[in-house]
Amino acid sequence: MKKIVLAVMTTISGLVMLFSYHTSTQSVAATTPEETDTGNTQSDAGTTTTAPSATSSASSTASASATPTASASSSASGSGGDGTYTGDAVETRWGTVQVEITVENGKITSADAVQFPNENPKDQQINAYAVPALNAEVVQAQSASIDAVSGATVTSGGYIESLQSAIDAAHLG
Amino acid sequence: MPTQVTVVTQPRQDVPRRAFVAQIMGLPMSIHVRGPQALGPGVAAAVEAAFTRLRADEAMFSTWQPDSPVSRIKDGRDRLVDAHPRIRHVAALCELAGHRTGGSFAAWLPGPDGRQRFDPTGLVKGWAVEEAFTALLADLRMRGPHDALICAGGDIAVACSRADTPSWVVAVEDPRDRSRSLRSLELRTGAVATSGTAARGKHIVNPSTGAAADGLLSATVIGPKLTWADVYATAAFVKGTAALPWIATLPDHAGILVATDGAVSTIAGMTAQATRWSSLASTV
Repeated sequence: MKKIVLAVMTTISGLVMLFSYHTSTQSVAATTPEETDTGNTQSDAGTTTTAPSATSSASSTASASATPTASASSSASGSGGDGTYTGDAVETRWGTVQVEITVENGKITSADAVQFPNENPKDQQINAYAVPALNAEVVQAQSASIDAVSGATVTSGGYIESLQSAIDAAHLG
Repeated sequence: MPTQVTVVTQPRQDVPRRAFVAQIMGLPMSIHVRGPQALGPGVAAAVEAAFTRLRADEAMFSTWQPDSPVSRIKDGRDRLVDAHPRIRHVAALCELAGHRTGGSFAAWLPGPDGRQRFDPTGLVKGWAVEEAFTALLADLRMRGPHDALICAGGDIAVACSRADTPSWVVAVEDPRDRSRSLRSLELRTGAVATSGTAARGKHIVNPSTGAAADGLLSATVIGPKLTWADVYATAAFVKGTAALPWIATLPDHAGILVATDGAVSTIAGMTAQATRWSSLASTV
């Protein structure tokens, strides 16, 4: 149980690191901590705040434990404890992001970003994507936000680790 | 005096958008809606109705639930000819899929006792998702211009009824490293389906040999309808390297194949539309 929670939150925290964020009017390119911007033509002039120390160090601190705020662990399902789990707040270069998931009967019933890099989340689009891949392969620099990932069938267990879950979480209302 | 024509070149980024997730047919299913009512209760109800349709199809077609109508046909308790029209419709589609794929897709496979058993699972997911998505689009249309996307465990359908929004961006996963994407496609309307063993191991059987297909790491097919993109992706995966020339014969479809050595092939179908998809895929 503890291990599952840890694994889950490590994943979420990792995904959070992949969050990019763009405002209503302008896209912002994301780069991974270990990669520099490889010729991506997007400009982030004037729209981002920078958090200089946050990028590369956050991935190591992001694996800290989660806080279950409810528990009804039905061991019968065997696939995880029920409850609501809130990941650690993770500093990204765009601000602080925190994700909360709800698990019922071993299934994720909701995932939500509880803390956004902006005070008015509804006005913002938060996008999550595989930054390393996109830096090389984005269709157009200005539409660098993936909406869905096509791949071999994702099982329910694999969903929380999937990029799709992060994309969904960014838009759950 | 000449008329001023303003050309909007930048898609709007401020259109309201909301995602919904449910677990149906053992899969995470995500629906994204973009448009004026996306955050309202009407759209939420329309999406819930789509999930309800999918749950109804799950109850009808499940082969995991031992007493579902399809399970009863599969193990011989009931006859297909007496089945619900929806089940017979799917059986007919499976027949058509067998013809269109040259036998690389089959809903009738021999069981352990040698008896042919009806299992339309390989077609049902894509078909049910397409049906629910089509109904959702009709619902949304009444509430204003909305774009929508559905992702069912890695198979995707998208539609746009607006002209001022960015295209949906669909990434195709790298089967060797599932956190990375091989290609990204911009689609306004259409479907993308991928068949492979990265998530579930070797579970796709070649109906003509009964052996697990292992000629490719993954096969992705892009086309206008999810039912057929899904069937063709499964068939392409079964065909292995032979899928390369085969996909080129499919009207309106394009493909991305990943060979066991990691080599990526991009195949255009026969029409301008598919060529456009393909050129997108190969330039990114």
